[in-house]
Amino acid sequence: MSSFWNIWVWVLSLGTIVGCFLLLRMCLKNFADVAEGEPTGHVYDGIEELNNPLPKWWSTFFLLTIIWAFGYMALYGLGNWTGLLGWKSSNQGILSLAESKAKTLEYLEKDSGVLVQYDREVAAADAKFGPIFEAYAARSIEDLATDSEALKVGQRLFLQNCAQCHGSDAHGTTGFPNLADKDWLYGGSPEAIKETLLYGRKAAGMMAWSGALGGEQGVKEVAAYVISLSGRSVDPELAKAGKAKFALCAGCHGPEGQGSLAMGMPMGAPNLTDNIWLYGGSQRVIEETIRNGRAGVMPAWKDILGEEKVHLVTAYVYSLSQD
Amino acid sequence: MTTSNTSAVDYNFDVVRQFTVMTVIWGVVGTLVGVLIAAQLIWPALNFDTPWLTYSRLRPLHTNAVIFAFGASALFATSYYVVQRTCQTRLFGGKLAAFTFWGWQAVIVSAVVSLPLGYTSSKEYAELEWPIDILIAVVWVSYAIVFFGTLIKRKTSHIYVANWFFGGFIITVAMLHIVNSMVIPISAMKSYSIYPGAIDAMVQWWYGHNAVGFLLTAGFLGMMYYFVPKQAERPVYSYRLSIVHFWALISLYIWAGPHHLHYTALPDWAQSVGMVMSIVLFLPSWGGMINGIMTLSGAWHKLRHDPILRFLIVSLSFYGMSTFEGPMMAIKSVNALSHYTDWTVGHVHSGALGWVAMVSIGAVYHLIPVLFNQGRMFSVRLINVHFWLHTTGVVLYIVAMWISGVMQGLMWRAVNSDGTLTYSFVESLTASYPFYFIRFVGGVFVVAGFVLMAYNMFKTIGAKDGSLKPIETAA
Repeated sequence: MSSFWNIWVWVLSLGTIVGCFLLLRMCLKNFADVAEGEPTGHVYDGIEELNNPLPKWWSTFFLLTIIWAFGYMALYGLGNWTGLLGWKSSNQGILSLAESKAKTLEYLEKDSGVLVQYDREVAAADAKFGPIFEAYAARSIEDLATDSEALKVGQRLFLQNCAQCHGSDAHGTTGFPNLADKDWLYGGSPEAIKETLLYGRKAAGMMAWSGALGGEQGVKEVAAYVISLSGRSVDPELAKAGKAKFALCAGCHGPEGQGSLAMGMPMGAPNLTDNIWLYGGSQRVIEETIRNGRAGVMPAWKDILGEEKVHLVTAYVYSLSQD
Repeated sequence: MTTSNTSAVDYNFDVVRQFTVMTVIWGVVGTLVGVLIAAQLIWPALNFDTPWLTYSRLRPLHTNAVIFAFGASALFATSYYVVQRTCQTRLFGGKLAAFTFWGWQAVIVSAVVSLPLGYTSSKEYAELEWPIDILIAVVWVSYAIVFFGTLIKRKTSHIYVANWFFGGFIITVAMLHIVNSMVIPISAMKSYSIYPGAIDAMVQWWYGHNAVGFLLTAGFLGMMYYFVPKQAERPVYSYRLSIVHFWALISLYIWAGPHHLHYTALPDWAQSVGMVMSIVLFLPSWGGMINGIMTLSGAWHKLRHDPILRFLIVSLSFYGMSTFEGPMMAIKSVNALSHYTDWTVGHVHSGALGWVAMVSIGAVYHLIPVLFNQGRMFSVRLINVHFWLHTTGVVLYIVAMWISGVMQGLMWRAVNSDGTLTYSFVESLTASYPFYFIRFVGGVFVVAGFVLMAYNMFKTIGAKDGSLKPIETAA
């Protein structure tokens, strides 16, 4: 803040409180022309006003809040001044998680004299809870997946961080995969799940195909063929035409539409033969998917949760598809 | 006192009558929409799978209807009435006053149409899109001309305290509305704010909190300062208290907005100042309550017979409660618990249903017989029934929201021994359902009261001139 605005803030805010004090002092005295308790002599539509003094408890309490206000601002600062405590809620002006982490470390390493509340709380939480997660991180995911205590912690982390998209029961919803079945886009091994959680996934690109397929007719044909892959009945003529065009899709979804994972490529192209549909399996939605494409994103959790907590969430997610 | 009603001044009561009747009608509509959305929170199917009836579109309709249709109509009616009576002069502006009525009703109808259709600026309590905002600004400036024009040509030497509050509220709301509504239109019904990021948030809550502070507090204090002494037939308790609490209230309130943005990207000092000013504001707020309630000194027995006075005095009790609760919730560590929970919703409704609605209802029951040449309302008994329906409804509502809010706050912050959160959001939602139901029941009570009021009003208006005689009560 420039010094002009700094002065502006100081003058207006302190001026308001000082003004309140002066106002209170003025009204404590009887400045009306009549004795206390008497009518002032003003009459408005029959309404009179008495010249009663301010209630003592009220004016005392008001004065106390004014004194407290100065005390609070002296401790916590005003404008560019950080106050006597040198307190800050957080390192404002930070633009990334990495910068924030670096600042926290800096705070821990040297006593800068400034009390940064956020850093202090993070450091305290790390010191208190860090060892618990460290111990969990030292064990294998398969091992944790059979430990009911560990799974409870993992589930709570899941409910706080993942359930918004994948649902409280991890069964997913439109656009967000079901994590409790055995159908995986990027692999269901502990390693693959952990990689997904740590670094996130960005679907390699189900592009908009309507142009390449020669317009709406092509979209309908390919959709009919894709639907037939799950054993559902379709117009055989359309499906036949679609099959010819499916070569374009086979690069990612495989020649039989069995998905990229079956071909050992973790690029997230779903298996089209199992009647499990990420965005919906009706003819209308499948056509929409082919026509306009899809762009699913799973965010990276490494910097948000930290590797140790991701380890535990992985164990929980892994356990969901184990019988 | 009755003699002052037959004054020689030729008052303009037409516009007062219009606004008074619409106050009651918008009261019914606004609370009815509120009850519908309260029911949707329990039974989501009540949006009938139509976008026009979804919670997200009806909630702003509810807030706009109760604040700007019901609340502002009550303020127009009473300020136009009070400024004439206490200045002993006819309302300034003639046709301009009539324009403020029709213009304001046009604003409300535009809201009723555009909000369910999904047009919104997405600014809370300022959702209406830019063409409607312009109409609001025009009507509001006309309102200021009519009001201050009347003050200028007053026949009394001083300006009565009620008019200080009305005047302060009219000027400030004009400023808030114009500054907060600065946008760049991109089409007939869509615009974007000119303020970036945290500044936009600050401007929004500077507006938002002062819609509460000036429209819903200062304006209604103006109402209180006329109708309480008038109905109680007692002098105002302390002239000096009026002075100190008026100036302190209007200078401190304008600073309180940042307390809506605790623990956000707002700079620390701005959060601190918002909290400090909110706390210093506590006693000036109570000044109004003390002045109102102490005005009843020596006339407490009137509460036994007069349900109108009961509305007015209970409204002041709710006012005192909310203005204690508000500064408390502005304290950062309390806010850490209360923010984003139903506690805030409870707090708002203790102010809105307890203070704003009750003082307006009392004032309107006082006004209707005067405006329509009757000695009393059609049924004093029904006023009494309304009083108990409303009070019960408000208490059910706010107690349910307090419990649910504090419970949510505690559930959200509960931590296990491993540092993970104990409850997921959905668990706190499930736990809130019983309280949502109690809130819904409270809302039904409030609507039922408003419906009785509308019936009583139309019966009074429809009665033969002067046929309803005042009831004499033993002093």
